[in-house]
Amino acid sequence: MKIMVAIKRVVDYAVKIRVKPDKTGVETANVKMSMNPFCEIALEEALRIREAGLASEVVAVSMGPRQCADTLRTGLAMGADRGIHVDSPDALYPLSVAKLLKALVDVEKPQLLILGKQAIDDDCNQTGQMVSGLLNWPQATFASKVVLDKQNQAVTVDREVDGGLETLCLDLPAVITTDLRLNQPRYATLPNIMKAKSKVIKKYTPQELNVQIKPDLEIVQVTEPPKRKAGVIVSSVDELIEKLKNEARVL
Amino acid sequence: MAARPMLRTFRGRSITSRIASLNHRFLSTLVLAEHEGGSIKAPSVSAVEAAKSLGKDNSVSVLLAGSGLSLQKAAEHAASCHPSISQVLMADSDKLVHPLAEPWARLVHLVQQKGSYSHIIATSSSFGKNILPRAAALLDVSPITDVIEISRSHQFVRPIYAGNALCTVQYTGSNPCMLTIRSTSFPVATIADSSRSNAATISQVDLSTFGEGATSKSKYITQTSQNTERPDLGNARIVITGGRGLKSADNFKMVEKLAEKLGAAVGATRAAVDAGYVPNDLQVGQTGKIVAPELYMAFGVSGAIQHLAGMRDSKVIVAVNRDADAPIFQVADYGLVGDLFEVIPELLEKLPDKK
Repeated sequence: MKIMVAIKRVVDYAVKIRVKPDKTGVETANVKMSMNPFCEIALEEALRIREAGLASEVVAVSMGPRQCADTLRTGLAMGADRGIHVDSPDALYPLSVAKLLKALVDVEKPQLLILGKQAIDDDCNQTGQMVSGLLNWPQATFASKVVLDKQNQAVTVDREVDGGLETLCLDLPAVITTDLRLNQPRYATLPNIMKAKSKVIKKYTPQELNVQIKPDLEIVQVTEPPKRKAGVIVSSVDELIEKLKNEARVL
Repeated sequence: MAARPMLRTFRGRSITSRIASLNHRFLSTLVLAEHEGGSIKAPSVSAVEAAKSLGKDNSVSVLLAGSGLSLQKAAEHAASCHPSISQVLMADSDKLVHPLAEPWARLVHLVQQKGSYSHIIATSSSFGKNILPRAAALLDVSPITDVIEISRSHQFVRPIYAGNALCTVQYTGSNPCMLTIRSTSFPVATIADSSRSNAATISQVDLSTFGEGATSKSKYITQTSQNTERPDLGNARIVITGGRGLKSADNFKMVEKLAEKLGAAVGATRAAVDAGYVPNDLQVGQTGKIVAPELYMAFGVSGAIQHLAGMRDSKVIVAVNRDADAPIFQVADYGLVGDLFEVIPELLEKLPDKK
């Protein structure tokens, strides 16, 4: 069985982002970029399934500009067997990504597609749901535990939902999106980074996959959130209670 | 020379505005609602409130799914819970007892084909986020996540980069325009039951075409819920949050005690959840719940950006931390630099009982 994992190149989570002065977006030039943290978890889960002998191959996929190949290389160093890069200079919204992923699934025929639950740049939380809709595969979003049953071609997933955990059982092929607590992603070791250099990254364009990119969203502007007015440091619990009662009137 | 490009922009604008006005004329919204124990959930009512702000002549329909008596009761509640609701659609089927994405997305597709709504709205709860994008893919439109402000019928504001930037997006695609809304950004004014003179009509969704090929590929097994008697974290007026600074699950009980005293909900940071002090559904932040209470009190919370994304819209923020340089103090209205193991007991002693 083959597993496909989608990974996204985003501004590193530790970077304090800056909004461009012309309000067209967020400054991404000369900013540290990394693999989206939820995608790392998705890849880690795929690798663990392979290491448990339940899958034969893990294929990492990324979409976007040229530099996405670097992110794929990181994925290969973590242990993915090969990479696929869909080269697109345009901004890709989740609907387009989902269509491209569907086209790749049709080519590669994986039994399991794992994605992160959301990218930390656009915070959309849509792609996994959309691609499973397009494929008409069952979906398990926000997974915190995945148990594969190869014999019955099914997977049992614990999902983090409001108010607790929900357990679902999906027939394969299926789509899973990962939540933070699913696992702790591994670091790439130096020998594996070296090995990754000889692994294959296949390139496609959206045209080659017969997918038309027609965005139906337009970004009007990107602004900074309103600043909160400066607060005060109180010196004692009494003063705090007094302020909350008489100044803020919330008690 | 300059006239020609100007003319072009002008012409372009008049076309867009014509399209916008065309869209504007036929506003009809479908709200995907959650229900529990015979009534519709409060965040879903916020989605109706959001629908109201799309435009004046918007007719709002609410879609509920489930089966049997609890669905019937929830539909009756929905029909009279908000004056803007003109219709309640009830999808009664065994396949819809649990809110699974696969049948729900098909249901939305089916209802959209009959109703041709201009907008479909759900809350940014785990329910809405799970279902709405799948339904959007079936309808071949781009959904918009976590809207906090509706500027025009097709223009919305949403946070990106963990709330560190606000993005205004214009939806230019075909109907329906699909969005999930952040319920704390659309508070519902308390409506007296009597103000609603006539309830909305309730009708059954015709599911005769729904059953075919419905051998489901996903099965609901079980749900473990964290039962608490305290108010729901997402809707509480006061939230008391503990972070890594509490050091143990036992110490976290102090936070719980304080919450009890104030009638508040308990929240936690990711560090506190990962350390096993509390279950993960209490997590506040980019990857947990987004809250916007009147009062947010953070104890032993450093204030990482991922956490701030979940609480920065709170009206009054109080931070208690030993480290005077902790980033949480930059967003706090009232900060107290001190040992929470001394501050919390003192608060417990001096605060008035709210219950």
